[in-house]
Amino acid sequence: MKDAPGTSGLILEEPLLWEKGKKGRNGMSVSASDVPAAALPEDLVGDGPDFPDLSEVDVVRHYTRLSQWNFGVDTGTYPLGSCTMKYNPKVNEKQAATPVIAAAHPMLDDELCQGTLELIYKLEKHLAIITGMDHVSAQPAAGAHGELAGMLIIDAYHRSRNSKRTKILMPDTAHGTNPASAALCGYKPVKIESGKRGILEVEDIRQLMDEETAGIMITNPNTLGLFEENIREIAAIVHEKGGLVYADGANMNAIMGIVDLKKCGVDVLHLNLHKTFSTPHGGGGPGAGPVCVVSELEKFLPYPRISFDGSEYSRDYNRPESIGRIHAFHGNFGVLVRAYSYILTMGAENLRMASQLAVLNACYLKVQLKDYLHLAYNRPCMHEVVFSDKRQLEHKITTLDIAKRLMDCGYHPPTIYFPLVVSGAIMIEPTESECLDDLDRFVAVVRRITMEAMEQPELLTNAPQRFKVKRLDETRAARQPCLCG
Amino acid sequence: MKELEELNLPEDLVYTKDHEWARLEGEVVVVGISDYAQDQLGDIVFVELPEVGDSFEAGDEFGTLESVKAVSELYLPIGGEITAVNEELDDAPELINQDPYDGWIVKIKPNDPGDLDKLLDRNGYMGILKGDE
Repeated sequence: MKDAPGTSGLILEEPLLWEKGKKGRNGMSVSASDVPAAALPEDLVGDGPDFPDLSEVDVVRHYTRLSQWNFGVDTGTYPLGSCTMKYNPKVNEKQAATPVIAAAHPMLDDELCQGTLELIYKLEKHLAIITGMDHVSAQPAAGAHGELAGMLIIDAYHRSRNSKRTKILMPDTAHGTNPASAALCGYKPVKIESGKRGILEVEDIRQLMDEETAGIMITNPNTLGLFEENIREIAAIVHEKGGLVYADGANMNAIMGIVDLKKCGVDVLHLNLHKTFSTPHGGGGPGAGPVCVVSELEKFLPYPRISFDGSEYSRDYNRPESIGRIHAFHGNFGVLVRAYSYILTMGAENLRMASQLAVLNACYLKVQLKDYLHLAYNRPCMHEVVFSDKRQLEHKITTLDIAKRLMDCGYHPPTIYFPLVVSGAIMIEPTESECLDDLDRFVAVVRRITMEAMEQPELLTNAPQRFKVKRLDETRAARQPCLCG
Repeated sequence: MKELEELNLPEDLVYTKDHEWARLEGEVVVVGISDYAQDQLGDIVFVELPEVGDSFEAGDEFGTLESVKAVSELYLPIGGEITAVNEELDDAPELINQDPYDGWIVKIKPNDPGDLDKLLDRNGYMGILKGDE
């Protein structure tokens, strides 16, 4: 396709490290020993690990080639809905690599790591201001971990009041981690169906909420990219029955500094720094999922809490009602540094503007594409928009085919087949990182693909063609996984 | 995916709105998912089955199906006790895709076989599918 960023290029083959190299190769010259040989203790003797023999250049080329098969936010548009694959500013990397920050040993005593403690303390304060919540713990390692911490806090709250609750309300648009986190805390998820408008209806909550229900887990904006307009009324009903409101902050990028979650009635919220706050996301690398609470729940936050007495920062372990420590040392500190750098370099006004632009970009794509892809809910969207393959199905073209063809055209595919309430969902989240020119180029490519679906469907059903591996046999991969190197 | 008229929906079965089928065989009820369900799910890669001896009410979740697209819950069409599970599905979940009526999932001793009359016949189920469109 002309004008699309994707084109063909030379792809270099690369075997596994164990299939490379040759006996005796190595990456350094080790000096001959100048001390007499000594016998090793018996328990240290045995077969060494099975490492391949490789030179430095073997290893460098190996990883460089693997990286060239990859696609990331530094490569191109990555509209993976619900993941907020925004650009990660390099200044954050510079701060995180500063030796005094990066090299501080995690076991230093408080008086020797004042800077580390100060950074976490201030980051927690900033996150409280941005969300409207009262207190924050930056300890959880990622979103689902933050959810677990949050649900443990809700559980601790009910226990502290001798209130025995067994259920939790769960919208059908929830991320799969929500019911999983609640179930790990012993709560049975009760599904709430979204109303016709794609959001929760007050009456449904009124019918389902009772005094055996611990609360509700609600994502706002939800995974359809729609703002849960009834959140305050819903929160009031949940509170009336003694429950708490958990907000999943996965979609916080739509509302940073704009929506005050405490005023919405939220009691517990987690954030994904690797989504909203521009720290690297994906590849299995570490994230951070700070958990934010209202004052009444502060005593349950994970310990140690970092406190400041006006002159020194210290870690407070004397927290008898805390849910306990949930991460070693300072949490994923390198991620916290990057998020702190992002907040300081952006400033309050620009954080708000980032959310406004993220929403504007999604709305733009919605309007530009709605005559080409079926729009699941034709309502004002927030930071992401959900289409489906309903029109293309008439030509036996599915969401998967469209996603694969987009790859050939040089784009990371959007999230597909989620949320589950939309059959064949195509969930696009452009983020604020994409400029108008790039959005227009994306729009032109998607429109063209919908034409191809009618005129040259094999371009879609045979895609991708420009990759090292073509259409993968996902069924075989799932049924007969090969999990060894 | 199949058009509605391409679906294989045998006349001698009863169906649920959640796309399970049920068939009375002597004293037990055999349960599986419909052709429509397997077609919508796509290739099924894992089936989570209940234990023999477990008891459920009609409408209870009794297992899950994982396909390349999504994970879906299985709901029991009729209350009763699980008397058998199709263990072949552990190694060959594709049996459900190949023939959803031969690839049964569980057998139940129903609390009341008469409850089967409350389920949908082929026409009733087809009506629901048309409404889904």
